[in-house]
Amino acid sequence: MNFLATIGAFFLSFFAQTGRLSVFVGQTLASMLRPPIYFRIIGQQIIRIGYFSLPVVALTSFFTGGALAIQIYYGGNQFNSEAIVSSIVALGITRELGPVLGGLMVAGRVSAAIAAEIGTMRVTEQIDALTTLSTDPHKYLVAPRVIAATLCMPVLALVADIIGVFGGFVVGTQSFGFNAAIYVQNTIDFLTFDDVSSGLIKAAVFGFIIAMMGCYNGYYSKGGAQGVGRATTNAVVSASILILAANYLMTSLLFSS
Amino acid sequence: MTAKIALSDIHKSFGSKDVLRGVNLEVETGQSVVVIGGSGSGKSVMLKSILGLLTPESGSIKIDGQETLGVARRHRAHIDNQIGMLFQNGALFDSLPVWKNVAFRAIQNDGMGEADARDLAVDALKRVELGPELLDLSPASLSGGMHKRVGLARAIASKPEIIFFDEPTTGLDPIMTDVINHLIRDCARELGATTMTITHDMTSVRAIADKTALLYKGEIIWQGTTEQLEASDDPFLNQFINGLPYGPIEVEGQRIEAASSQMGAE
Repeated sequence: MNFLATIGAFFLSFFAQTGRLSVFVGQTLASMLRPPIYFRIIGQQIIRIGYFSLPVVALTSFFTGGALAIQIYYGGNQFNSEAIVSSIVALGITRELGPVLGGLMVAGRVSAAIAAEIGTMRVTEQIDALTTLSTDPHKYLVAPRVIAATLCMPVLALVADIIGVFGGFVVGTQSFGFNAAIYVQNTIDFLTFDDVSSGLIKAAVFGFIIAMMGCYNGYYSKGGAQGVGRATTNAVVSASILILAANYLMTSLLFSS
Repeated sequence: MTAKIALSDIHKSFGSKDVLRGVNLEVETGQSVVVIGGSGSGKSVMLKSILGLLTPESGSIKIDGQETLGVARRHRAHIDNQIGMLFQNGALFDSLPVWKNVAFRAIQNDGMGEADARDLAVDALKRVELGPELLDLSPASLSGGMHKRVGLARAIASKPEIIFFDEPTTGLDPIMTDVINHLIRDCARELGATTMTITHDMTSVRAIADKTALLYKGEIIWQGTTEQLEASDDPFLNQFINGLPYGPIEVEGQRIEAASSQMGAE
């Protein structure tokens, strides 16, 4: 009986959370459409989320591109097809690794920061204060962060694409002796607009997920410093899992057609 | 005459715990009402219900005769605009300097420019006896007493008709407690505002209350003027105002659980 009650409690909690998250997303989307829109805060968030994430994303993608080139070179070596390094690095980075790894890195940095900031505002009654000062917290706190992250992530993914491909180029030309001009030409010849654009579309969705998970977990945090810590952890974990799940779904949709 | 704030049969529970169990209270225009009660008696829940931050299951909350319970936030903006609130810990926005905190409502809702907003902040800070040198400071660099006073300046900056104070003197030394109590009294008088204060500090009750209400186990069990409060022989009230030890009290030979001995979620 206790076992069944535990299962029941789990599902009730799951559906309650899902319902609350759906309402939260709905309220946020509605608040984006109604004036006022806080352009100054959106600008500030673009700098915090986008600009300050550039070093993390750039370093991650550079080393990933380099590692990918090594793996493909030695893998292809067994079939005398080392020449595919440039094209596979470009494809792997632009379609998958650029947006996904960039998304995961930004989730770790930004989702946690948003959850901690909004969570602290919740437990110190600053969100209640906003409401009593006739300011909608969804409009003032959540919407600017979601808009900024959704706009920034494709740009970060594009930067990740370029630097990731460059990482492969550096390893390919310096370690394996590929001709630089041929490497670049192969990359350009093989890549299509759809390869890059599909990654950028994914990145925009990841940006939405990252900010939404940070805001949602922070907004509903409770229990003082411990609660804020829990919200921060939940934000990063849920954003990361949702990014990977959304990536699978979008890859299925974008490439099955 | 219509009461400025009228609570009628308010019920609010969290899970299986009934926190408010039929609260009835009326506050007349210009009156200063102080609600006292032990920890967990439901004071903050009652206040948050009036402010629309919590939604009671049943009852009626009227402000200026208008029902606010069940009214969507965006449809009660005209009510919110006449309310000021001082939170227990000030609840100043960390990311904004003092002047933006104080003039927040005017900047966000009325689109007030920087020069006018700074003037408004200077004026409001002056009312709480603070100088313009604080304008550009971050809330993190303020002392506890200053934090409260800047919070009070924010609450009165828009010249509200109703001001709520949640534990305004908690965590302050006796001198600062006295300063805050007098500022509350003076600001409310200057603005002609109706005020409701939640506290368990009897110094505040004696300094600012026209009327006091005792909340016990989610119900208002006593209300009256400060003179009636001092003269009352209500055992729960006496235990609370005289700071008697926690535990059951004896009424007409029967032992009854004391107001301050209960624990709960507030």
